Amino acid sequence: MPYRCGSYHIIEKTAISAGIYSYVILCPEVAEEAKPGQFVHIKVEGFTLRRPLSICDIDYKNGSVRIVFEIRGNGTARLSVLNVGDSIDMIAPLGNGFTLPYGKSAPDGKSAPDGKFTPVGKSAPIIAPDRRIIVVGGGIGIPPLLGAAKVMRERATAILGFKSYDKVILANDFKQNHVHVITCTDDGSVGIRGTVIPPLETELAKNDVEMVYACGPLKMLAAIVKTCQQAGVKCEVSMEQRMGCGVGACAVCACAIRKQDKESMLMVCRDGPVFKGEELVL
Amino acid sequence: MNGTVNSQKRDLTVTVAGVKFPNPVIAASGVYGFGEYYTDLYPLNILGGISCKGLTLNKKDGNIPPRVAETPAGMLNAVGLQNPGIDFFINTHLPRLRKGGFPQSVIIANIAGETPEDYAEIARRLDETDVDMLELNISCPNVKKGGAAWGISSEGAVIVTKAVRNATKKPLMVKLTPNVTDITEVAKAAESEGADAISLINTLLGMRIDIKTKRPVLRNNVGGLSGPAVFPVAVRMVWQVARAVNIDVVGMGGVNSAEDAVEMMLAGAKAVQIGTAIISDPLAPLKIIGGLEHYMDVNGIKRIADITGKVQPW
Repeated sequence: MPYRCGSYHIIEKTAISAGIYSYVILCPEVAEEAKPGQFVHIKVEGFTLRRPLSICDIDYKNGSVRIVFEIRGNGTARLSVLNVGDSIDMIAPLGNGFTLPYGKSAPDGKSAPDGKFTPVGKSAPIIAPDRRIIVVGGGIGIPPLLGAAKVMRERATAILGFKSYDKVILANDFKQNHVHVITCTDDGSVGIRGTVIPPLETELAKNDVEMVYACGPLKMLAAIVKTCQQAGVKCEVSMEQRMGCGVGACAVCACAIRKQDKESMLMVCRDGPVFKGEELVL
Repeated sequence: MNGTVNSQKRDLTVTVAGVKFPNPVIAASGVYGFGEYYTDLYPLNILGGISCKGLTLNKKDGNIPPRVAETPAGMLNAVGLQNPGIDFFINTHLPRLRKGGFPQSVIIANIAGETPEDYAEIARRLDETDVDMLELNISCPNVKKGGAAWGISSEGAVIVTKAVRNATKKPLMVKLTPNVTDITEVAKAAESEGADAISLINTLLGMRIDIKTKRPVLRNNVGGLSGPAVFPVAVRMVWQVARAVNIDVVGMGGVNSAEDAVEMMLAGAKAVQIGTAIISDPLAPLKIIGGLEHYMDVNGIKRIADITGKVQPW
């Protein structure tokens, strides 16, 4: 998958919650190649290491990608002061995205229901009509799941976990794309009180889930993987790790993966960030 | 702008250890893999050369992450020499690298081991390949055995350099660690055992602690500091070593621009290696090569090799 390295303009900036920002970046040649689950690697002025940020949404028609990030330290704080019209130096798109029922390269060239994605093969999802997907995530792990869920519209359910009502992000974006949303909060201030696991179990018990996609804190991911395994449903997980080059060369963002009982260190940037749940050594 | 006439007049070639490089900009070991990751951006053959990821006799999985931490004007890493092993390099990476656009650029195999026998065995296997040069890594701070343990004393440098020299006729460059009292002593020791060139500096041992968790940021606790922060240290050491030995010197450590490269060469380096700058900006090698051409044009320099060692100390 080809990637680019260049300077691109921010065309939309929104503060979507306290300390959480959304940028839409105009980058036609990046958007053209991008798929949900991939990331962009951003150079922040004054910092040696780039910041890997997952792609939240891709607008193929207008040639832009959207990122949503939280101020975690000095680098993201510096990034957050950029405004519409400012440019961002980024390497993108990077990594492997989610394995979705929809892909990009369409032999028939037809559009997906949302008019932006082009499906693989036919213009309908390649899973059986009575099957659906679940995306499940926590906090700032949620953004990459939006791009994945919106392709499936009403045939996707998003289980979103937050600390409390004031931390809720993107729930309306999922809803606007006709995705069923189940919100959970640790303190019960909105939605179901507790973790994302009980609603995930309930949904999986309906026996119509083709695949689960997850991103969030490690503990949550471990529980999701276990729950999916118990239900016999395939699951893909987007991982995070402190990263260097972003393209696989520097061997910094290692992730232990077990394939056929053999453990090895793969790179989150190049081999991931999306991995098969059952292969993760958690 | 740079016209054809000028580019014909400019000579960017340099010679290190008898090996001719098309230009003095080499991708440093550890930031460029085996040349497979940046071909989306530019053809490999724009580089003067590539020093491949440090190779050991057997495959190594490296350290547990996190392996990287940011620092002011730099970074710490503790990768721990993750690599596929020498045989995989010889059978898979090397032929592909040679075919994939490196007929003229120089391929350097960076090698590391726990024992002098390891180093010698790797050198012996490489001796039968078409690799252009060996870079002896006696300076990796991130492995428990071997690595920098051999580079922190003249005795250690003598033992490993001698073992490798006896195992190969390939041009041999020894990469030194700055974590020593007097780097010129180690450089002279390597020279005395037949090293053809010295490259320096590897990373400076450093540490960062997360004050919230009271845990070191790196899972390895400590790691190697690189980037612009170490550049002045590197220039000083290159200058000292270049004056202490008669063999060629390749400078690295925080080189981030063409100006830095010129500075390093004035200090005594025949060529420079680019490491952390590529992690920050994958286009850094192009910008540095272009900047060197510009520097030559502006200053009326016909051969870049002519600036090596031209610092005029007070």
